Amino acid sequence: MIRVVLPAQLRELAQVGKEVQLEVKGEATKRSVLDALEAAYPVLKGTIRDTRTKERRAFVRFFACDDDYSHTSADEPLPIPVATGEEPFFIVGAMAGG
Amino acid sequence: MGGVRVLVGTRKGAFVLCSDGKRKDWRVAGPYFPGWEIYHLKGSPADPDRIYASQSSGWFGQLIQRSDDGGASWQPVGNDFTYKGVPGTHQYYDGTPHPWEFARVWHLEPSLDDPDTVFAGVEDAALFCSRDGGKTWEELAGLREHGSGPSWQPGAGGMCLHTIVLDHSNPHRIFVAISAAGVFRSDDDGETWRPVNKGLRSGAIPDEDAEVGHCVHRLARHPSRPEVLFMQKHWDVMRTDDAGESWTEVSGDLPTDFGFAIEVHAHEPETVYVVPITSDSEHFPPEGKLRVYRSRAGGNEWEPLTKGLPQANCYVNVLRDAMAVDSLEECGVYFGTTGGQVYASPDAGDSWAPIVRDLPSVLSVEVQTLP
Repeated sequence: MIRVVLPAQLRELAQVGKEVQLEVKGEATKRSVLDALEAAYPVLKGTIRDTRTKERRAFVRFFACDDDYSHTSADEPLPIPVATGEEPFFIVGAMAGG
Repeated sequence: MGGVRVLVGTRKGAFVLCSDGKRKDWRVAGPYFPGWEIYHLKGSPADPDRIYASQSSGWFGQLIQRSDDGGASWQPVGNDFTYKGVPGTHQYYDGTPHPWEFARVWHLEPSLDDPDTVFAGVEDAALFCSRDGGKTWEELAGLREHGSGPSWQPGAGGMCLHTIVLDHSNPHRIFVAISAAGVFRSDDDGETWRPVNKGLRSGAIPDEDAEVGHCVHRLARHPSRPEVLFMQKHWDVMRTDDAGESWTEVSGDLPTDFGFAIEVHAHEPETVYVVPITSDSEHFPPEGKLRVYRSRAGGNEWEPLTKGLPQANCYVNVLRDAMAVDSLEECGVYFGTTGGQVYASPDAGDSWAPIVRDLPSVLSVEVQTLP
C-alpha cells in the first residue's frame, strides 16, 4: 500500500482527505504511483502531469523522505519506506506566489 | 416578473448572484472552486440549469466544470484540449516562432439550442467544441490552419481566443475574436474560416490596416441584427453592418476609445455600452471616475452613466468578459471590476448599485434571465 499526500486543491477536486492509499502494481515508481492515483481518481488526470506526454506540470513537486524527487526519472524506484507505506509520497504545489 | 442569475468568474473562485425581477435584493453564493481562476462561466440558452465553467490554475492546469442544477452543484468533465495534428508555430512576443501550447480556456459559449454542445476559446488561440456536455473536446482546426496562424502573436494577456459569437438566424455562422490577430468568420459550422478585419486600423502593427494582427478585445451583437457587430478594439470602438466585411469607427465623443468590455442592450439594437479605460498602459478609468458610456445611436454619440458609480479615486479595470445584460422588460446591465465589485443597473444604465464590493478580481460576468 502506497500513501500519497495531496495538496489542498487536489484533495477538494478528488473529494478525499489529506492522504490517500493506493494499491500499486509492480515496483513503486513515480509513474506507477501516478498511474494508480489517476486510475483511482480520474478527475486528477491532467492536474499533476500532462495527459499525453506524462511530463510533470511545471509548478508541481514530488517529495519523499525529505528529498526532492521532482526531477528524477519517472521510472526510478521510490525509496523503500515509500514503497512499504512507512512514509508517504508527497505531491506539492510549488511555492510560486498566489 | 422573472429573475436573474449573475455568474461571476474571479481570480480565486466563482460566485453566483441571484435576485428577483426588481434586482434590488441579492443572494450571494460562493466561492465555488475557491483558490482557482475561473475565467468564465456561462449557462446554456436552451437549458438555464446547465452551466459550464472554466476552472484553471498555474499549478494544476485546466478543468471544465458543469452544473445541471443552476450552479447549486458541479461536476468536473473533460479537460483534454489537444490540438489537432502538429500545431506548428505562431509569433512570440519577440517576433520569433513559438510552438502552439495550450494554456487555458478563456471563454465558453454554449450552443443556442443544444445544452450538450459547447464551444471553448483557448490560449494559445484555437477553437474547441464538445458535443457531449463537456466530456470530450475536439479542435475545429480549420481556424488555426486557415493560413495566417503562423503570423498571429499574443496580446499582453496571452494569445487567446476570447470571444465566440453564434448566430441565431444562421446556425452555420460563427464569429471568433483573437488577441492579437483579429476577427474570423466561418459560414460552415467552423470547418473553414477567413479573417474579417477590413477597416480596422492599429497603430501598433507595421501595416496598420493589415488583414490580421489587430488586438480585438471584445465583440457584441444583438440577436435581431445578425449582420451588425460592435467591437471594442485595443484602441477604437468599431461597428460593422455587413457581418464583418467592413468596419467603421464609432468612438465619436468618448473620452478615450481604449477599453475591454462592450455590450448591446437586450431590446434596443442600437444601444451600446462601453467602459472607457485611460490607455494601454493605464488600465483604469480616466480621472479616477468609473463611467459606463452608452450610445443610443449605435455609436459616435455617447453619454456618461455615473449615478451610483464611484466618481473619485477609482482605479479599477473592467475586463473584456466582465459585462453582460439581462433581458427583463427593463434591461439590466452588469459589470465586474478588477477591484472585486459587481455593479448592477436595473434601468438600462441610468443608475447603478454594487451587488457585492469585495470579491476577488473579477474576470467575467454573465447573466441568465430566468422565467
